Amino acid sequence: MDSIIGFMSKYIRIILHICALLPLVMLFYDLGYDNLSVNPIQDITIRTGKPALIFLVLVLSITPIRKWFGLHSLLQFRRSLGLYAFMYASLHLLVFVGLDYGFDIELLRSSVFKKPYVILGLLAYFTLVPLAVTSTHGWIRRLGKYWKMLHRLVYLTGVLAVAHYIWAVKSDIRQPLMFAAVMCIMLLARVRFFNRAIYLLRERFLTK
Amino acid sequence: MSIIRSSEITPEHIYVSRRKFMSRASKMALGASVITACAKQSDSTDVSLDVDNTSIGVDELGESWTSYTSITNYNNFYEFSVNKERVAVMAQDLKISPWEIDVGGLVKNPGRYQVENLLTKFDQEERVYRLRCVEGWSMIVPWMGFPLRRLLDEVEPTMNARYVRFETLYDPVQFPGQNDRWYSWPYVEGLRLDEAAHDLTILATGIYGRTLLPQNGAPLRLVVPWKYGFKSIKSIVRIDLVDQQPVSLWMKAAPNEYGFYANVNPNVHHPRWSQDTERRIGEMGRRDTMLFNGYAEQVDSLYSNMDLQYNF
Repeated sequence: MDSIIGFMSKYIRIILHICALLPLVMLFYDLGYDNLSVNPIQDITIRTGKPALIFLVLVLSITPIRKWFGLHSLLQFRRSLGLYAFMYASLHLLVFVGLDYGFDIELLRSSVFKKPYVILGLLAYFTLVPLAVTSTHGWIRRLGKYWKMLHRLVYLTGVLAVAHYIWAVKSDIRQPLMFAAVMCIMLLARVRFFNRAIYLLRERFLTK
Repeated sequence: MSIIRSSEITPEHIYVSRRKFMSRASKMALGASVITACAKQSDSTDVSLDVDNTSIGVDELGESWTSYTSITNYNNFYEFSVNKERVAVMAQDLKISPWEIDVGGLVKNPGRYQVENLLTKFDQEERVYRLRCVEGWSMIVPWMGFPLRRLLDEVEPTMNARYVRFETLYDPVQFPGQNDRWYSWPYVEGLRLDEAAHDLTILATGIYGRTLLPQNGAPLRLVVPWKYGFKSIKSIVRIDLVDQQPVSLWMKAAPNEYGFYANVNPNVHHPRWSQDTERRIGEMGRRDTMLFNGYAEQVDSLYSNMDLQYNF
């Protein structure tokens, strides 16, 4: 399986880009054909925020899946997933500040930037910026062993982004909690004990 | 705000024809002044001949009514769907006739009313009100209806009655959303008796001079324009006069976020988001939210000596 992924990586990459841009294309399509609701800014905000969160979960799932299923060639897609998370998060923030609040920084500062869900969202974004900037080969080389340390920041991004989502919804937090649960699993997968348990389970399952 | 007498209300066929005239006149003017028009605009020109799609009036502040299409296609009505655009689709088959409303509790003359009888018993007036949702969007809706006070006068609350409790139909077959146990159905709302008897408080039966559609709370709903939209309970089957403050569905769902009063107030924020501004449906950008949704002159006497931060 791992070798198949390696062999097909070029095609998988194309599919990945198509899938990753699909939410954006669909958004522009609905915008162009007036398919959005009568509250379009809200729609656009949600439809850029959710892909950002999904890509964040995906980027965090690469390492566990590699470890648990031995699919090491997945690693090559991680940077793209991370950059797509950054792209959607940037659009999400831009829509909020620009389209929704018309770049009215005074208004944003006096009332909006005080709200916990906004603060969490902003913090999540700010943790993502250095990761996007240092995602190039040049930076990986220059930072050396510090690159890996820096990029552990993405765990914080994940926690902040999910908390941002939980705090933003009106009342029914079941969907945000599902994201939180998946995010928890992805973070737990970084804990040695948890990993060992998974490993032992897999061994037992495979030797049967 | 001036009260509009029913004699002053323009019958539908007249305002429709007026509006067609205005619509054509404005299009001619537009055609004269605009040389090029994009395809989208010319598409909407045909649609605007239909009464449904253009605003034909303004509120007392000179703001245009929200289009009929928007009012009837963007609805918070969790009994049908939590998706505001799905509600209109899901709501089409709600059986609204016959429909009975029980009015009882602490009253001298409890009664069961057929909604048709209420329509003829009380003069239907047009009331153009702003509607501000707690989520931060707003509309201007030309309602048809009658003051709740008329009904209260009819049933005569006793001396002990202090609050009015409203209840929506409980019918999980017609309201599939009621199968979702996240909320405690049926929907319940309440008003203090003086709020209920205030002239601005109406029971609405129509919009744009037409019969109310199910997505907007047919056949009979409450409209309390100075409170957040969720107070204006839809598809009412029970109205009770009570002596204790009713506990609404939203108070049960999140007691620290949704209070009994729920007055529109830019100075009292939702614990998690700001209520300073709102997005008017049909507009881009934001506008400032007004104290009591712009009805402070009429209603602030109801809340003198009250801490509105505490009584949110």
